[in-house]
Amino acid sequence: MGDFFTTFADALPQLLSGIRITLILTASGAVLALVLSFLFGLMSRSRSIMVRGTSRVIVEFFRGTSLVVQLFWFVYAMPIVTGFQLDDPVYAGIIALGLNYGAYGAEVVRGGLNAVPQAQWEATIALNMTPLQRLRLVIVPQAMAEMIPPFGNLLIQLLKASSLVVLVGIADLSFEAEKIRLTNATEATAAFSISLVLYFVLAWLLNTGMRAWEGHAKAKLGRPVPRKRLLQPVRADQGGAV
Amino acid sequence: MSWWNNQAALELFPLLLEGFRITLLATLLGSLLALTLGLVFAFIDRTAPEYIRRPLGWVLQFIRFTPPIAQLFFAYYVIRPNLGIGVDALTVGIVVLGVHYATYNAEIYRAGIEGVPKGQWEAVTALSLPQGRAWFGVILPQAIRRVLPSLGNNVIILFKEVPVLSAIAVTEMVRVGKEYTSDHFAFYIEAFTIAGLIYLVASYPTSLLMRKLEVRLGN
Repeated sequence: MGDFFTTFADALPQLLSGIRITLILTASGAVLALVLSFLFGLMSRSRSIMVRGTSRVIVEFFRGTSLVVQLFWFVYAMPIVTGFQLDDPVYAGIIALGLNYGAYGAEVVRGGLNAVPQAQWEATIALNMTPLQRLRLVIVPQAMAEMIPPFGNLLIQLLKASSLVVLVGIADLSFEAEKIRLTNATEATAAFSISLVLYFVLAWLLNTGMRAWEGHAKAKLGRPVPRKRLLQPVRADQGGAV
Repeated sequence: MSWWNNQAALELFPLLLEGFRITLLATLLGSLLALTLGLVFAFIDRTAPEYIRRPLGWVLQFIRFTPPIAQLFFAYYVIRPNLGIGVDALTVGIVVLGVHYATYNAEIYRAGIEGVPKGQWEAVTALSLPQGRAWFGVILPQAIRRVLPSLGNNVIILFKEVPVLSAIAVTEMVRVGKEYTSDHFAFYIEAFTIAGLIYLVASYPTSLLMRKLEVRLGN
């Protein structure tokens, strides 16, 4: 066991530098995904068939093809097509993650908006609110309470999916673990075990944060959730890491 | 269209299809494992005593909260050398994906079993059916029927996850494309566009089918 702890101490700094990239990918990917979720989700409720159709096609396209393929496409093919070389493949990773999870998130937003009772929409019209006011003051706060749990699941999937960047050589947590193995095969056990635990801790923290946010959002609507239930992870039944 | 080379595309297409066969094989066997093992997990969760259910719950949560790639590395470089028997990369990959998705399927089965009306359980007791007949003859057929679309969706998701196996050098479709482009230092667009289209053509109709099934089964 002594050996394990020596290698543990050796491997940790390198893994922590990998975590930085994993966090950057996850955080930036999540922000991009959230923006796109609302964009495509709102578009899918538009009255114009053109707008609705555009959002449908984009969402189905990014959900239908594998994230790995999209990643390869953004890293290797996009610079040739557009003649525009991103100076760091991390950006390509963020774009691929954001678009993919934005497409999944759009369905969450659509479902959340549809779950708000029709009377609430009518009330906002009766009160002569502008479209933006309707969403900001009445609809989104109610829809959000429904959307946070599935968003939480997507966020954890996004964290897990960020590890796919290993395949295009971006130095995230999994990549650093693999690099440690390549330099010194005896450290493989320590490196891969620590990387698994680190991923678990990150996922657990994200889950806890999202559950706290859910409790907050629901309490504001006068629907408090028992604390004990908020401490448990959201039931997730779709794997969707890609 | 100077960036698209038709000849390379024509050369790539059969190669990618060849790799696609491995993708399909991994999907099929991985899903089969995920579907059976998921049911086993759900069954244990329903029948075993607390001191088994709890640790199992933790293990399943750990698997759900860690990425398949990290699990793949762990299985391939840490577990495999200690097995004492030769296991090839494809098998490791199929087992890792199968177990990963089994943890998700377990939740689906659990929900399905909970959704079976209480009266059915009472009927089983009233008829004093043996445990086996009760589960396989009465409860599971109803439970599985209602969660079929969700299970199907996980098959599609697993299918799209298969390219992660290229991390341990399984030559599925995306790996084939990657190798071709590395050999030529070119044709990235052709390789990854065709691979993407093959994915789309295979997964989109299947997901439509699942949606139809969902409507038909009325949930």
